[in-house]
Amino acid sequence: MSEALVYWLQQVLNALQLGSIYALIALGYTLVYGILTMINFAHGDVFMVGAFFCFLSAVYLGLPFVPTLLLTILGTALLGVLIERLAYKPLRHAPRVSAVITALGVGLFLENFTLALAPYPKNVPALLDNVTWDLGGVSLSSLQVIIIFLSLGLMLVLDHVVHRTPVGMAMRAISWDRTFVPLMGVPVNTIISVTFAIGAGLAGAAGTMYALAYPVIDPYMGIMVGWKAFISAVVGGIGNIRGAMIGAFLLGGVEIMVTAFFPSTYRDFVAFTLLLLLILVRPYGILGQPRTQKV
Amino acid sequence: MSAPLAPAAEARLAPAAEAQLEVRDLTLSYDGIRALHGVSFTVGAGEIVTLVGANGAGKTSVLRAISGLAPFGGSIRFEGQDLRRVPAHRIVGLGIAHVPEGRGVFGNLTVHENLRLATWQRRDRAGIEADLERVLGTFPRLRERLRQPAGTLSGGEQQMLAVGRALMSRARLLLLDEPSMGLSPRLVQEIFRVIEEINRSGVTVLLVEQNANMALHVASRAYVLETGAVTLSGTGPELRGDPRVREAYLGA
Ligand SMILES: Nc1ncnc2c1ncn2[C@@H]1O[C@H](COP(=O)(O)OP(=O)(O)OP(=O)(O)O)[C@@H](O)[C@H]1O
Ligand SMILES: [Mg+2]
Repeated sequence: MSEALVYWLQQVLNALQLGSIYALIALGYTLVYGILTMINFAHGDVFMVGAFFCFLSAVYLGLPFVPTLLLTILGTALLGVLIERLAYKPLRHAPRVSAVITALGVGLFLENFTLALAPYPKNVPALLDNVTWDLGGVSLSSLQVIIIFLSLGLMLVLDHVVHRTPVGMAMRAISWDRTFVPLMGVPVNTIISVTFAIGAGLAGAAGTMYALAYPVIDPYMGIMVGWKAFISAVVGGIGNIRGAMIGAFLLGGVEIMVTAFFPSTYRDFVAFTLLLLLILVRPYGILGQPRTQKV
Repeated sequence: MSAPLAPAAEARLAPAAEAQLEVRDLTLSYDGIRALHGVSFTVGAGEIVTLVGANGAGKTSVLRAISGLAPFGGSIRFEGQDLRRVPAHRIVGLGIAHVPEGRGVFGNLTVHENLRLATWQRRDRAGIEADLERVLGTFPRLRERLRQPAGTLSGGEQQMLAVGRALMSRARLLLLDEPSMGLSPRLVQEIFRVIEEINRSGVTVLLVEQNANMALHVASRAYVLETGAVTLSGTGPELRGDPRVREAYLGA
């Protein structure tokens, strides 16, 4: 393979890895927005808690990768449900700004609670034997393969749940208009809880994989990653599941390409500028559509 | 057997014997402002009862209270059961289906999904399939559009979907909120024909209408609602003959 081709393939691979993690988190923003038209600003911090759950499971329980992943997903799913029930549900009919402030508050709470328990960054042990293959100059690690395929697998499952199951049907009905959903016999609050559980569980999976790929974790790691995932969701068209995935891989790709051409400090600046321009051209995102009000 | 009762008297006797729905002293407020001031009426099993009234009289509010969509005062009993503490999503399971004002179809779901969603609490697959066939038999237009998002249907088709969806729950009492709203005269005839057909199959109907003329024709009994209170009641023919009704609601 030519040197240039090797180089580009390597970049695409890196972009896929980063994009997968953004996508898993972006899905949580988009699911919650879809069902409640609310931005869950604590979501990036749920991702961070996921990384810490992974750390706890690996270090204190000594569990291997698969049980750690499952435990983390379960733990964050539960955290997501608790956050919704305790912090958001009481404010469901309050002015929208109250919900935004509350979500930011929940995020700060999670960061500082974690900081109190873990004042110094933690090292997550390698849970997988990381094998690196050399494919004609392109290096591919087993961790990369796992991150990319596990994320894609989870996204396919989610897409199936949302578009092909009764629960997904109820979620979509609520996102259209919650008012009359109870008339169908659907318990709206249960479906909202399920949505938070799914979104937070995916963030937990992302936290686990991130902690394995970038093993030094701290209580503030969710802020920047959370913003990027949020922006991915907006770029894809917030509320749209496939859009969130497209936006995340786009952002992952742009970031990797920027670092390939510019000093790495330019990365976020250039990436965010490009995405802002995209939003100016397509205000509802790539797959988003203005909601036409039905009477 | 004694001599047959006159239709009017017969209809009036029916509910007293077996009121399927009994609404007593119903009150309802929005942000502290009373919309219903003690509404009482009954619906007997197998009847078509209509509530007529002008804009803002409180017709929709009555249906919202029955379906558990709004908290209320007074009492609502369905087949003897008190509905006060029943959450909205359990009402349909008791046998009450509600076709809301403005249809309330989910525009992002396909026609088929809209119909399926209404069977959320049912587990009898075969029965659901049979009911789907029955509904599509009643509304053949829906069969052609099963895979289409409901938002792409015309207003009349959406109304048919909303009624069909209510039938999917196998309700014994059907609440209809202005089913003729926004439909062409021909479709209005059609929807009223379907309402009578559904009723003949054994489903009780509580019909809210501004189209008092049509409603009073199909109804066995009717109540007139004015600013949150019942001001008149009687059989369909009685109210159609009442000068006050003729002037206020029939434009005569
Ligand atoms: N969500 C609401 N918030 C505040 N007031 C409301 C609300 N819904 C209804 N009302 C008020 O309650 C009263 C009864 O309204 P309702 O919708 O029950 O009347 P209606 O008879 O169905 O009228 P229409 O024929 O126009 O549908 C009206 O005065 C209305 O303004
Ligand atoms: Mg109304």
